[in-house]
Amino acid sequence: MASETQADTRAVSLRSLVRRYTAQTPQRLRVIDAYMAFCVAVGVVQFVYCALAGSFPYNAFLAGFGSAVACFVFAANLRMKTDPQNRHQFPGGSAEGAFGEFVFSHIALHFVVANFLG
Amino acid sequence: MAYKVFGLTASDQTSLLRIAILGLISIVAVGSRLYSVIRFESVIHEFDPWFNYRTTRYLVDNGFDKFWNWFDETAWYPLGRVVGGTLYPGIMVTSATIYNALHLVNIPVDIRNVCVFLAPAFSALTALATYQLGKEVKNATAGLLAAAFIGVAPGYISRSVAGSYDNEGIAIFLLVFTFFLWLRSVRLGSALYGALTAIFYFYMVSAWGGYVFIINLIPLHVFALLVMGRYSNRLYVAYSTFYVLGTLASMQIPFVGFQPTFTSEHMAALGTFGLIQLVAFASYVRTLVPSDQFRMLIRLSILGLFVVGFGGLVLLTMTKVIAPWTGRFYSLWDTAYAKVHIPIIASVSEHQPTAWPNFFFDLNMLIWLLPAGIYFSFRELSDNHVFLILYSLFAAYFAGVMVRLILTLTPIVCVMAGVAMANVFEIYLDFSKTKAEAENMAVATAPAEKEKEKGKSQGGAGEPPVAVAAKTLYETAGFKRFYALFPKIVVVANFLYFLCMFQWHCSWITSSAYSSPSVVLASRGPDGSHHIIDDFREAYYWLQMNTKADAKVLSWWDYGYQLAGMADRTTLVDNNTWNNTHIATVGKILASDEDTAYELARRHDVDYVLVVFGGMLGYSGDDINKFLWMIRIAQGVYPDGFKEEDFYNAAGEYAIGDTASPTMRRSLMHKLCYYRFHEVMGPQGFDRVRKQKLPKDITLDNFEEAYTTENWMVRIYKVKDLDNYGRSHHAVSAFEGPRFKNDFVF
Repeated sequence: MASETQADTRAVSLRSLVRRYTAQTPQRLRVIDAYMAFCVAVGVVQFVYCALAGSFPYNAFLAGFGSAVACFVFAANLRMKTDPQNRHQFPGGSAEGAFGEFVFSHIALHFVVANFLG
Repeated sequence: MAYKVFGLTASDQTSLLRIAILGLISIVAVGSRLYSVIRFESVIHEFDPWFNYRTTRYLVDNGFDKFWNWFDETAWYPLGRVVGGTLYPGIMVTSATIYNALHLVNIPVDIRNVCVFLAPAFSALTALATYQLGKEVKNATAGLLAAAFIGVAPGYISRSVAGSYDNEGIAIFLLVFTFFLWLRSVRLGSALYGALTAIFYFYMVSAWGGYVFIINLIPLHVFALLVMGRYSNRLYVAYSTFYVLGTLASMQIPFVGFQPTFTSEHMAALGTFGLIQLVAFASYVRTLVPSDQFRMLIRLSILGLFVVGFGGLVLLTMTKVIAPWTGRFYSLWDTAYAKVHIPIIASVSEHQPTAWPNFFFDLNMLIWLLPAGIYFSFRELSDNHVFLILYSLFAAYFAGVMVRLILTLTPIVCVMAGVAMANVFEIYLDFSKTKAEAENMAVATAPAEKEKEKGKSQGGAGEPPVAVAAKTLYETAGFKRFYALFPKIVVVANFLYFLCMFQWHCSWITSSAYSSPSVVLASRGPDGSHHIIDDFREAYYWLQMNTKADAKVLSWWDYGYQLAGMADRTTLVDNNTWNNTHIATVGKILASDEDTAYELARRHDVDYVLVVFGGMLGYSGDDINKFLWMIRIAQGVYPDGFKEEDFYNAAGEYAIGDTASPTMRRSLMHKLCYYRFHEVMGPQGFDRVRKQKLPKDITLDNFEEAYTTENWMVRIYKVKDLDNYGRSHHAVSAFEGPRFKNDFVF
């Protein structure tokens, strides 16, 4: 009994989660969300490949997987900083500034990743 | 406040003052590190710096590609050493860059001088970084004080005097600056500063093995904040940017390689990274669904994932997929570990636990300001202060375990002392309110009291109390002013006294304890005259000029880097103690009897044996005193036939000469050190270090004395070739008679 009701509330709250997400999230953030999902997919594909085919050029795997994780994280940063709800949490930051930081992080990242791919 | 001086507003004046003060601090920081250059000369110090110097020269001469792929066949003969892949290249690349930059603008500076003055130059940068750190956590006052402290604190000077060309010289700057960037990125939630933290972390990884401290302390900070329920999006931005970039970047250093993905030292950072992703996701979902039940669900699932992750980590460690903590790190938890399992680590004096006076010696009053700083941090307790407290606690613990880790404690002690001092001065140097307070008190009704002790009031009051006989003493305005001022003056005067003492102490320690190059020694005669003892360089120079270019020189590992750097000869072992077996072999050769040693030495192609002997001068850091460690290390690898006890005589003493145990007397080390020594010290001669009587008639047949330096500090012996007639060398000696009997000229 208890587990059934729990499953019920879980379903309900999941449904309300989706509803609220579609209602509250601006278009811009949804684009970022889609990009983040893409990053996760890229990471998972690489990980599965590594698990199946072996991790021989380990540096290449690490570079690829690491860049997928990093892209995800940087996108999450950008999302947090451009979310209008979070404005007050970041002193002295603007959406443009957040994008600038995003670009800077990516330049630093891909410099490293390109060196690491070998 | 609105006075203008030279047309500058008050805020301009303060920033000008700040710049001037920082400039002066830098000058003092550099200046106080130059004692060794002034007293001796611009020379590379000690042992490890010689390796760094040699590799830097190689880098400058041959370019980066060759340096990176350098296989050094003259070290660890016959194994060789992959130098490019087994060092932290940060310091070499830094000096080479400075050298090339200076040459680009036509300043023809010598690479040796770049290396000698690198550490003092970076100490000025450290002062600036500490200023920034202090400013970040408190204010500019604290920053300036902290900068002034770190500029002269002996705990840091000990590793950064001119000539001490070692990784720590630049690493402490990088450590402080990385922490500063980290704190700023947490406060602002800035990905830019997070990325900069990662970049400087990368520089740190390239410079010093102590980077492990950063990669554990920052995750610990994050974890502590999470546990305290202080998650914020700022923290997420700062940490995830730092971690992904920093980890990927750190793997570019060949010496670190893939370690961040499979050693325990780096797993805390990875785990915290995973944890903060979950927490961030949960907190995001919570903004969408404020339902309590759902929140509970998420909290439980995070807890579950944490347990699973931790369990997985333990499982992977147990199945050896993740390398467990290395011995060097174990010895930080269990201080007796190294002594039992890795004598080679325990044998190094700077790896010993710290004796308590060391703290005072290296940090003076800062050490008792540290708790005050922690107290003030607790009072404010922002995210940054949590970091300061964690850093203090851990660095204090590690400094207690290992002498040389006082170095990592020093920056935080300086910052904390700066914070504490700034708090004190904020209250006690603020005289603007004093006058108002005094007037307030004068207005307030004080309990009427009889006037007494007239004379005492004269100390602070301007007006004579006799004139105001109607009022009691305590009501006079003068007394009130005095009463408001007096405590402030006392406290400020006290602290000024401490500050002066601190500076005095630091200069004294620096000049007396930390400014000796140890390659060149100095002594004073009874009449006050100054003697320079230059035996090491004499011996190395002799080797360079008089032996074949590919000669192999056997010595204890301490002198390996110097031999390679100054004599440019092949060594069997050196200060990069990567191969314990090889070192133990050298120990065995030195501890065995002459014939065994000869056999082994010939098998290892040894041409010369070098020993350091202080018996003539009273230099206590010589090979006889290190001999016990050689025996212990050799015993660890070759347990059969080797016993430390055999080297103590019947009375259980570690003796030399005729009272020594037979094994000791037979050992090669004993023979090489005392061979012919009684001839110069006379029949009643004493060893000046051990204060024991010298052994007589030491015979040496398989080795031939090649060179002994002026003060007998370094003795070099040639390993004899096989006899042409196939006789043993003992037989040859018996046939020819002792070599120096007749043609003894001195």
